[in-house]
Amino acid sequence: MAKIVAGIGSSHVPSIGRAYDQQKQTDPAWQPLFDGYEPVKRWLAEEVKADVVILVYNDHGTEFFLDRYPSFALGVADSYRVADEGYGRRPLPDFPGAPEFSEHLANSLVADEFDLTLCQEMDLDHGFLTAMPLLWSHDDDSWPVQVVPLLVNVIQHPMPSGRRCYKLGQALRRAIESFPEDLRVAVVGTGGLSHQLNGERFGFINEDWDRQWLQDIRQQPEVLADLSHKEVMTAAGAEGGEVIMWLVMRGALSPQVREVHQFYYAPMTTGIGLLALEDDAG
Amino acid sequence: MSDNQDRWGIPGTYVFDLRLSRRGYAINKMCHSLRLAENRDLYLADEEAYMARFGLDDEQKQAVRERDWLRLTQLGGNLFFFLKLGATLGHGLYPIGAQMRGESYEDFMKTRNVPGAT
Ligand SMILES: [Fe+2]
Repeated sequence: MAKIVAGIGSSHVPSIGRAYDQQKQTDPAWQPLFDGYEPVKRWLAEEVKADVVILVYNDHGTEFFLDRYPSFALGVADSYRVADEGYGRRPLPDFPGAPEFSEHLANSLVADEFDLTLCQEMDLDHGFLTAMPLLWSHDDDSWPVQVVPLLVNVIQHPMPSGRRCYKLGQALRRAIESFPEDLRVAVVGTGGLSHQLNGERFGFINEDWDRQWLQDIRQQPEVLADLSHKEVMTAAGAEGGEVIMWLVMRGALSPQVREVHQFYYAPMTTGIGLLALEDDAG
Repeated sequence: MSDNQDRWGIPGTYVFDLRLSRRGYAINKMCHSLRLAENRDLYLADEEAYMARFGLDDEQKQAVRERDWLRLTQLGGNLFFFLKLGATLGHGLYPIGAQMRGESYEDFMKTRNVPGAT
């Protein structure tokens, strides 16, 4: 039987990808960030040893267009390409999919009343890419894990509620645990924390709110699931509204969880948060 | 252009809802096309023809010509899409943001915790 072996929350920010590609790991402005991810990367490699990563993300006007925008979309492909976001493709290897596992997830989630768009081709932009090389080592042409991308519409309102995302996470857990093979599955929720990239309020961040989020997502996710989009966007910035994707990850974990690691850094225009959780067996 | 703020009530913010998305559809469709390198070349070769091809209205064309990112936002342009126009033109996120705030890039950077992390 497949089981969830880690739940990770992580921001996704294009400048992190640039810093990674330009090898700024020891640049004084970037070192805190890379150092902050290192303990989780080590934990994942040495203890968690996941086979598959389900990564919850959003596309940023790259692969999905507004002509027909899915509320939720699941990758069911053999592999996924690195997208071109306007600057050329990042020098990362393409990602191996987990098509049989994806197919099982699709069957289970749709039967469980989550009617997802299913994607046999899906290029991945920074929403997906940012966290991957910070959490898993890769070489020139391969990754140590297979991936299943799960997209949420957090671009165009009306978008799913936080409560809906939390319930999707709970359904995802049922789907994972009903897969007959012994797969070790990590669930990563990406996005946030506070940031605003549009209008005169560009650059707004709220570090207190972010730190509270990192605590509450572990201790009282039900409270966060009941926040309205307007409440979240007012406190965390318009683009900060995407934090609801963390609720998918949290919904997939047990009600009680153990915190493995937490990190926060707000250098420029985004409160960058990292949280590593695991089911609390006790 | 405060009808968005009337709906959402968040100052200095243009929440990208379906109404704004419909208003800006042509802009965003044009910007989305710029994820392909060959389209970026076509755009740079003839901006007016490219805008006409995607059916931008006069206000939207003018905002593009002036690189007026706030106006483009008010007319329905979504930042994630028009960053691809920015990439094509060599305008990065932070100068675009500073302009939307009504600040110089230098003044904007002074408001950041770690301005080296760009
Ligand atoms: Fe995002």
